[in-house]
Amino acid sequence: MYVNGKQIIIENIISLNDFLKKEGYDTQRVAVEKNGIIVPKKFFEIEMLCNTDKLEIVCFVGGG
Amino acid sequence: MQINDELENTITARNVPDIKETLKNGKVAIAGLGGLGSNIAVMLARIGVGKLLLVDFDVVEPSNLNRQYYDLTHLGMLKTEALKSQIEKINPFVATETCAVKVTAENATEIFKDYTVVCEAFDNPQDKAVLVNTLLENGEKKIVAASGMTGFDSANKIKTKKMFENLYVCGDSEPAKQEGIGFMAPRVTICAGHQANMALRLLLNIRVC
Repeated sequence: MYVNGKQIIIENIISLNDFLKKEGYDTQRVAVEKNGIIVPKKFFEIEMLCNTDKLEIVCFVGGG
Repeated sequence: MQINDELENTITARNVPDIKETLKNGKVAIAGLGGLGSNIAVMLARIGVGKLLLVDFDVVEPSNLNRQYYDLTHLGMLKTEALKSQIEKINPFVATETCAVKVTAENATEIFKDYTVVCEAFDNPQDKAVLVNTLLENGEKKIVAASGMTGFDSANKIKTKKMFENLYVCGDSEPAKQEGIGFMAPRVTICAGHQANMALRLLLNIRVC
């Protein structure tokens, strides 16, 4: 799987939500595109990932 | 009327030529009118973007004055009204719409429905994510968001990146370690400049950053 351009091998099928948590992301601060399509927040728990997927993750930090 | 036309043309006379009509027909929404949003709105007004939607529920406080486009006479005013009055004094030919409510997943689609280019300029990272996700899930808007512009680290680290098909993110992309160290006018304004320039490019139908 490619995450923001870097290859990550996942051993077992995993939900997007669990993957984000495992990687240390705060899921309340992210937007995610999977294979070029935005993943709606409400589907994070049922969206399953595999090694052929391409993820782009934007994690916002505060300030404005 | 003729005097007005002349003034309108003269205000933008030093702009790049041949884009006046495109900008005059352009509409940009600005979500959050703090250090980013107030500066973005003023820059877009100066270059003659025809219509701006200004969204913020907050009022101007003294602690805003280190980086936001307000002055002492605006203290206690809604930021929407204060910024509208600033823009009227700079370029009165720009139409401004205001919306003084907190943006949520429930109301975002309705608030921004008439605008295809939206600048995300909130302070809180959860609010940023809610706006970006809600708009991207519900339509074909182009969003210019911001993440990472605190402190006085090198100005050269602030960049515009195209992250998704319809999402551009301006900032230094530094992780959360940057949080809580304070906001300074230069880097916040630089980031606002990145956002305003990307919004301008999108109005001109340029999709690369």
